[in-house]
Amino acid sequence: MEQRKHFKGKRTRTPGGETIVRLSGVRKRFDPLTVALDGVDLEVRAGEFFSLLGPSGCGKTTLLRILAGFEEPDEGRVEIAGIDTQGVPPYRRPVNLVFQNYALFPHMNVFDNIAFGLRMKRLPGDEVHARVGWALELVDIAGLALRRPHELSGGQKQRVALARALVNEPEVLLLDEPLGALDYKLRKQLQVELMNLQEELGLTFIYVTHDQEEALVMSDRIAVMREGRVEQLGLPEALYERPASRFVAQFLGTSNLIPGTALSEREVETPLGTLRVAETLETGRRYTLSIRPEKVRLSRNAPGSPNRTWARVDDIIYTGAENQYLLDAGGFELVAYTLNSDIQEPGYEEFDYDERIAVHLPEENLVVIHE
Amino acid sequence: MNKRTRWTRLLPTLGPGTVWLLVFTLVPTLLIFYTSFLQRDPHGWLSGPLTLENYRRFFGIGPDGIDPLYLNILGRSLLLGFVTTLATVLIGYPFAFFIAASPRKNLLLLLVVLPFWTNFLIRVYAWIVIFQRKGVLNALLGQFGMDPVLLYPSWTAVYVGTIYTYLPFLILPLYASVEKIDWTLLEAAHDLGAGKLRGFWHAVFPQTLPGLIAGILLVFIPAVGTFVISDLLGAGKAILVGNVIQQQFGASRDWAFGSAAAFVLMAVVLAGLWLYARWAGERGMEELV
Amino acid sequence: MTTRRWLTLHGILVLLFLYLPIAVIVVLSFNESKFGVAWHGFTLKWYRQLLEHTRIHPYVWNSLIVASVSTFLSTVLGTLLALGLARYRFPWRGGLLFLLYVPVVIPDVVMGVSLLLFFAWVQRAFDALHLGLTTVILGHVSFQIAYVTLVVKSRLAGLDPSLDEAAADLGAAGWERFWKVTFPLIAPGIAAAALLAFTLSLDDFVITFFTAGPGATTLPIYIFSSVKRGVTPEIHALSTLMILVTTLALIAVQRMQARR
Repeated sequence: MEQRKHFKGKRTRTPGGETIVRLSGVRKRFDPLTVALDGVDLEVRAGEFFSLLGPSGCGKTTLLRILAGFEEPDEGRVEIAGIDTQGVPPYRRPVNLVFQNYALFPHMNVFDNIAFGLRMKRLPGDEVHARVGWALELVDIAGLALRRPHELSGGQKQRVALARALVNEPEVLLLDEPLGALDYKLRKQLQVELMNLQEELGLTFIYVTHDQEEALVMSDRIAVMREGRVEQLGLPEALYERPASRFVAQFLGTSNLIPGTALSEREVETPLGTLRVAETLETGRRYTLSIRPEKVRLSRNAPGSPNRTWARVDDIIYTGAENQYLLDAGGFELVAYTLNSDIQEPGYEEFDYDERIAVHLPEENLVVIHE
Repeated sequence: MNKRTRWTRLLPTLGPGTVWLLVFTLVPTLLIFYTSFLQRDPHGWLSGPLTLENYRRFFGIGPDGIDPLYLNILGRSLLLGFVTTLATVLIGYPFAFFIAASPRKNLLLLLVVLPFWTNFLIRVYAWIVIFQRKGVLNALLGQFGMDPVLLYPSWTAVYVGTIYTYLPFLILPLYASVEKIDWTLLEAAHDLGAGKLRGFWHAVFPQTLPGLIAGILLVFIPAVGTFVISDLLGAGKAILVGNVIQQQFGASRDWAFGSAAAFVLMAVVLAGLWLYARWAGERGMEELV
Repeated sequence: MTTRRWLTLHGILVLLFLYLPIAVIVVLSFNESKFGVAWHGFTLKWYRQLLEHTRIHPYVWNSLIVASVSTFLSTVLGTLLALGLARYRFPWRGGLLFLLYVPVVIPDVVMGVSLLLFFAWVQRAFDALHLGLTTVILGHVSFQIAYVTLVVKSRLAGLDPSLDEAAADLGAAGWERFWKVTFPLIAPGIAAAALLAFTLSLDDFVITFFTAGPGATTLPIYIFSSVKRGVTPEIHALSTLMILVTTLALIAVQRMQARR
């Protein structure tokens, strides 16, 4: 049972060990030329916030639709809450989907939209009333019950879609890029609300997104997908700090990728010189070393020590909170971020265009990618 | 979904309608085609053997060369169709823009739709009242001291009546396109140096094409096939293909020949329609309705 | 801008052109004189005559019966057809669509005589379908069905497919999804199609002309044969009443649409 690390300041979560969704060997193609899913195996645990992250066309939406029941896999097995879902239509599955375009019924008001699933289950009128009331409160739209969808803002529609799905208390809630159409501030606000909601209700969320920042913020675990396969699966920190492939390293945030050949068990020969790493390598093999821009250390003086090189400041991008430096290290481009903290001490300096500075790539921050 | 459930789902929706269309549209059309190769028999019905006689008669192919009687009639029908189409386009095209530019769009549309929904016999026979010897037009001319004109019955009356009847058929679909015009394209054209006329031609006109073509088809086809207007306003002097068909199925009782004439008319129309369908696709066809 | 001035002038002239004949008929329906167009005084006698001429009443009745029955049949058949077309792909789809457009674009004459021919063959073979109101209704449905299908189909095409998926996701199986979600959303389209079909039927002359038998005379048929004998103010009165009904219907439809 993995826990999220304390020292990173995030919540302590212990998602229950019981598996609620299991996919084995799932394959799907839509026509002879397009492979949507190319053998997907993964398990989602009850109560966790699980994200499917990847660029468009990677298969994440197809996977979600297979879980919802709108598509059937060509090969492989899908189990939800222990039951094989083959041939089970969407209206008999214990899952609910929050659609990307909300899909609210335009001819019904908010109350009736939310009540729809409950009425399909033929629940008695006052129970429907009570549950819808609860759902309205949950997503904070109590006053909108009688409005029609066309009278609502994007954020409000989103909440109604959420309430409509949640009110049915599904085993798993599926969310298909629900925040994509909203503006930045609203998105950030709803991200936090969704996280809190998930934790409060203890439901399992499977969340599809192409926004890596969103996935990092919200998820307990992330599956990075690419071309129909799961490239890497794990805790957000694990994916970010220890990407297993060049794709993951570049998709999640920015990364410096340095190609090289192992000289010994601990040293790699690269365009930046010989670099020491904290892992055991196979001599003679080729590797890519990845280091995050915020881990690169810049200074004006250069005491001799491993993993140091000189570079010229090529360009500076000011993003408000950070300075992003594009560095030219003997022809090789490096990116480094420093915080605009205004602290006047060594290690927190600001540099100027064309300045020649020392770049230190700490051993413990160099991630070895076996590609 | 396996094949069998697909069929059980499909049949109740498509079944009845398809059967109806097959029985009451396809079969009658095929019957016309078949009958056009038969001949009238002495009992007033039809008999074989299959022959091309009716078509020969229609196209006037005889031992003495081509008798243009029916070809002329076909030609006059096509002429009526073309002139009517041209006239309705010239009158209707600016009118569509007039509606679009007006603050009282809805009222204007209503004013165009009202004649469109008014029974077309009423709209046609009204011209008898206008053009007859003691009609409205001559009364008006009389007021200005001018001599009366005899426009009823006449080809002029037929033409005016046809143009009048089918004008709304052009305006309405055309307006549907005009309403949706993206005027920013015109602004872009001006910005790039096009003058008023060229700007209109390159940026606005193409956007009106779908509605314009739909309208043209909706005018041309009925105009070519009309017989009521020529019967009422031409009073026997104006014979079009439609009249020929009507007579053969009526007084003349030569259903075989009438079928041949009908088939020729249908072939002309369907050829035009097929061309349109190739060009516009399924969406274009829906615009026709 | 002079373009606008010309456009407005043109517009007014076109409107005058469109309404001249209608105005003539309406005005003359109140004219005292029986012949000619000279104004001899205002009178309602032609309307009185019209209402007293009970032989016209069956024609009105026939028109309404034919229109109602045919509209009902064509709306049901056409809506089902549209549903099938929108939902399924099948090999003969193109052929069906083409068949659907045939009644819409073919000249009325051709359709009329083809039906006449068809009914005649059936009469000879089965001694059934003799010309009468039934054949008129059958003829009307045959062109109405095309219009209804196309109107409803285009409405269906505009529906958001994710709504149906959402309904399924929330627990609604096939028929229930149709009634709770699809049907309410296409109902206005079906109503519009039905109205169109009704109007087309009331207004039809050519198809009725060829498929009607004795006793199946509708209003347009009566007007045609009457006008061929000679235009009378009584016909003007009848026409004016029909125009009035059309106007009221149009205004009612406008109001309905505005309210939505």
